Amino acid sequence: MVNIEIDGKQVSVPKGCTILDGARENGVYIPHFCYHKKLSIAANCRMCLVQVEKAPKPLPACATPVMDGMKIYTNSEQANTAQKGVMEFLLINHPLDCPICDQGGECQLQDLAVGYGASGSRYQEAKRVVENKNLGPLISTDMTRCIHCTRCVRFGQEIAGIMELGMAGRGEHAEILSFVGKTIDSELSGNVIDLCPVGALVSKPFRYSARTWELSRRKSISPHCGLGSNLVVQVKQNQVMRVLPRDNEEINECWLSDKDRFAYEGLNSEDRLTQPMIKRDGHWVACDWQQALEFAANGLNGAKQKYSAQAIGALASPHSTMEELYLLQKLMRAIGSGNIDHRLRQSDFRADTQLQGIPWLGTDIADISVLKSVLVIGSTLRKDHPLIAQRLRQAAKDGMQLNVVNPIDDDLLTNVANKTIVAPHGLAMALAEILKAAIEIKGAERTAELNQMIEAVGVLNTTNIAIASSLIDNEPSAIYLGNLAQHHPDYSSIHLLAGAIAQITGASFGFLGEAANNVGAYLVGATPTFSALSTSQLSGLNAAQMLGASDQGNEKCQAFILMNVEPEYDAYNSQQALKTIKSAEFVVSMSAYKGNATDYTDVLLPIAPFTETSGTYINTEGRVQSFNGVATPMGETRPAWKVIRVLANMLKLEGFDHDTPEQVRAEIFKDGSDIGNHLNNDLKSFDIQINENHAESIQRIGEVPIYRADPIVRRAESLQMTHDAAAPRAWMSSELLQRLDINAGDNVSVKQGDGTVQLEAACDEKLPANSVRIACAHPNTIALGAMFGEISVEKL
Amino acid sequence: MKEYPLTLLNGVDSSNPDNWRLRSYEAREGYAALKKILSKRITPEEIIEEVKKSALRGRGGAGFPTGLKWSFMPKNYDGDKYIVCNSDEGEPGTFKDRDIMHFNPHLLIEGMIIAAYAMGVKAGYNYIHGEIWATYERMEEAVDEARAAGYLGDNILGSSFSFNLYNHHGYGAYICGEETALLESIEGKKGQPRFKPPFPANYGLYGKPTTINNTETFASVPWLIRNGGEAYLNLGKPNNGGTKIFSVSGHVNKPGNYEIPMGTPFAELLELAGGMRGGRKLKGCIPGGSSMPVLPGDIMMEADMDYDSIAKAGSMLGSGAVIIMDDTTCMVRALERLAYFYFEESCGQCTPCREGTGWLYRIVNRIEHGKGRPEDLDLLDNIADNIQGRTICALGDAAAMPVRAMIQHFRDEFTYHIEHKKCMV
Repeated sequence: MVNIEIDGKQVSVPKGCTILDGARENGVYIPHFCYHKKLSIAANCRMCLVQVEKAPKPLPACATPVMDGMKIYTNSEQANTAQKGVMEFLLINHPLDCPICDQGGECQLQDLAVGYGASGSRYQEAKRVVENKNLGPLISTDMTRCIHCTRCVRFGQEIAGIMELGMAGRGEHAEILSFVGKTIDSELSGNVIDLCPVGALVSKPFRYSARTWELSRRKSISPHCGLGSNLVVQVKQNQVMRVLPRDNEEINECWLSDKDRFAYEGLNSEDRLTQPMIKRDGHWVACDWQQALEFAANGLNGAKQKYSAQAIGALASPHSTMEELYLLQKLMRAIGSGNIDHRLRQSDFRADTQLQGIPWLGTDIADISVLKSVLVIGSTLRKDHPLIAQRLRQAAKDGMQLNVVNPIDDDLLTNVANKTIVAPHGLAMALAEILKAAIEIKGAERTAELNQMIEAVGVLNTTNIAIASSLIDNEPSAIYLGNLAQHHPDYSSIHLLAGAIAQITGASFGFLGEAANNVGAYLVGATPTFSALSTSQLSGLNAAQMLGASDQGNEKCQAFILMNVEPEYDAYNSQQALKTIKSAEFVVSMSAYKGNATDYTDVLLPIAPFTETSGTYINTEGRVQSFNGVATPMGETRPAWKVIRVLANMLKLEGFDHDTPEQVRAEIFKDGSDIGNHLNNDLKSFDIQINENHAESIQRIGEVPIYRADPIVRRAESLQMTHDAAAPRAWMSSELLQRLDINAGDNVSVKQGDGTVQLEAACDEKLPANSVRIACAHPNTIALGAMFGEISVEKL
Repeated sequence: MKEYPLTLLNGVDSSNPDNWRLRSYEAREGYAALKKILSKRITPEEIIEEVKKSALRGRGGAGFPTGLKWSFMPKNYDGDKYIVCNSDEGEPGTFKDRDIMHFNPHLLIEGMIIAAYAMGVKAGYNYIHGEIWATYERMEEAVDEARAAGYLGDNILGSSFSFNLYNHHGYGAYICGEETALLESIEGKKGQPRFKPPFPANYGLYGKPTTINNTETFASVPWLIRNGGEAYLNLGKPNNGGTKIFSVSGHVNKPGNYEIPMGTPFAELLELAGGMRGGRKLKGCIPGGSSMPVLPGDIMMEADMDYDSIAKAGSMLGSGAVIIMDDTTCMVRALERLAYFYFEESCGQCTPCREGTGWLYRIVNRIEHGKGRPEDLDLLDNIADNIQGRTICALGDAAAMPVRAMIQHFRDEFTYHIEHKKCMV
């Protein structure tokens, strides 16, 4: 600490901090534009000039380190003249038309001009006009308003990891632009809207739709990925108009992914289901809640009588709230069925009975920032977890070694220390190699279990040895399983191996949670076999079994309750899921959207999305985050917890007397237990043979595209116009293209199971041999089958 | 005519096409200083001491004591260090570095080798202005000659000292002559000045300790090592050692580069340059390149050509570009041209310079075109005041100082322009 004097006040500030930081810590505000706490210091706006004793000229507070005994005057005549002079310069070429600027009312330039600007302008010359740029569907530009602070440029270089904006030209001709003809495609792009202190970069979807002072600001939690970003949802006349980040250093910092930011458009989609509907004699009719719920209860009772309670299954989205999931599993078990699952994209459930606790991240999210080595297994990291990727990027800058074992080799926009890119069926073997290398390096005791895992390993590949040593030599280290690993048909082996590597190397081990509430779903027993709660013990079929994926004859469900689920997009095998559900006796869908549900359901119950109900998400680090609704439910929509409660009442089930979600929450946490006690990624020992796996046929790598992952984002119009939402193509290496006699750009016929689709072939040289990468969860590919496994590609 | 001692252009004959070559340079004691250092095992500390004694001051414009600058380089630094020669001579009126490189390139090379030796540096860059291509090509040839002769490369002249020199050319942006913008440019980035601190001595090229000197500064080193710092100092006057090249341009009979000892009266320099064109009266003179304040002729005629005398007279010696203006010069038009230069060359990074230089130019342009307003002169002065000292680099000051000096010394002429909407001269 050093002692300095700010405006006559003696204060003590950390050694080496800047004047601006030191002043802020002591409650003294110094005006600024280019400075931002998360970005490098540019010192280009000159707004923060202050007087420093003995300095011949005013100094920029943002870039000047404090020195012991320094006397700083933020408000002296010299400081004031300098600040006002800069403000005048900023305003001479700025269009002073705040009433027609979208930033009006939330503009830093406007705010500071009140304090530092003059009431009239001395500038009598012509003003500069700058051509607007097309930066894509999310960011709208008014480049004449730009004050050249370069926050957006630095954000790209330093946070998003890709420089998509730059300042070209010199002097007065300097302007911010993207590369010629290119849009801004980063999955974090929307943050530049928040960063821009003026109205140069504004939200395209929000533009001219409301004024900041007309909006109510309500706290919420993002319902998308497992991060649980903290949101401010802005509402006007009961409609969500905009979503902004709420600072939480431990989760999303001050950022949001574009998915979290722009998905709100889906809430106002025309596809919203706003009235209960039932299918009577083959025709869909709108009805009231009483009729619809009676119809649903009768249908479920009928199925129970015709088959058995075990023939009824419930599939719930992991984007549902903890309260909804709890009540749904309670209802199912009260009926007498343990068939409930939220893991619709999981295909390998062998480890289910071996789970020791709820799979979670294994560390706090914030701890990612201090890691020295990381192994990410099976992940489309940037797209599935944009802000975790960002944290890893910052850690990599601080010297963390990023290691990757993956079937794909997308650019992570950071330094990757070691990567093993293998076809999906080789993933487990690659991990076994890393495990063996770790055992050898550490000289660890080879238990029978370990031996079984590594016995098929032959000669070790140097990259895998390097990955093992990276994890061993650098503390703290961590291993994370991404979405691809969790969907993988050999997920149990991957889980077991990754856990073993963690144990040997001393790394922490966890899962990058795919959805907002995976942890919550496990906690409340929205799984057929595992539950942390004593109240949900009845076991049953998992999602794959319910949908008929089992080899055991015709093990599948005859009636379904779907909650926020669109099986054609949300299931591991869309083809099979649709087939089973279409052939079911009775299907109840609780959903915020109509979608294609009329094709395969019997009753549609409109339930509230996260903005129209209160609820709780437990994020991937096990943080319980409750939120309130920010708008009243649209039309006849009702919160799902209420709908389930009344449905249970109609089914004459006991224990459904909740009047508020708080009561549901209290029931879940009734023993007051700490969720931390239930988080555990270990597996009991079980037999899994890891074999060298040679697939002769062509294998699919099916990922869920970033903007197809959940029902809300699928309906977010602007996100659907981005580069990331482009129609799926059949990606393969040039070697495979050649072998199949296909040229990139050709239309090809892709066949999987009973389904055939036509797609454009494309070349990705970094894909492993014999692999075709085809996205799922898209209308163009739902006719195909499983996300992984055999697939055939033919020239048309 | 009076004979002046030469340390830079000694033996240089620009009419002889081979005079710049290594063999000619060696014939005029070239590389003798280097050989002396290596054979007599003179230590780096002794060299820096000698440079300090010589009172050699930076010839790029700021006049910072060279020996002191060299002593800032971290000594026991574990890693690469660099020296960089700033040959990005872009200041209007300045053309001395071009001639040093073109007609005496080995002098610069030898100076840089000695500097590298003194600071323990293994690699140096010579950043050459992008608009003097022939000079860049000649420097390349000269470096090849020096390398072939063993003056550059590993184990120079059989010693344990190694130094490599690379020429690098810019593309003509004035801002790249600002030393940190120059470093950015070498690194392949857009030439924009860095905020200081950290200074290049700690965080320079590629983030490594770096010393940047002007071409003429490096070129001054061989003579002062051969003859001693004391002798160099004695050529000039205390605190202003040695000789310096002045680029005389404007309304003189013989514009050109003239090397004279520091402290030589301006009147003598004017005489060297053939006197005023047509015998006219000296109206004003910018003594140190276009970014320095203009001085009226009568004040100038009393001044001596050294850092301290010119500063006392109210301007700065700068790079030594002496722009002579006779009584036919319209000062409004002259200022318009200068203001346009800084407006055009501002890098656009920081607010006061990006916005202010255009504003200054537009007002002066209006006055020149008969659309001036009475309040314009105070406004100009105030705008310049708001730029000066508020920017990341000195370009803001360079744009502001000519404006303020012109209005200070020739206010009547500006007022006449505004009132009569035409020129006084």
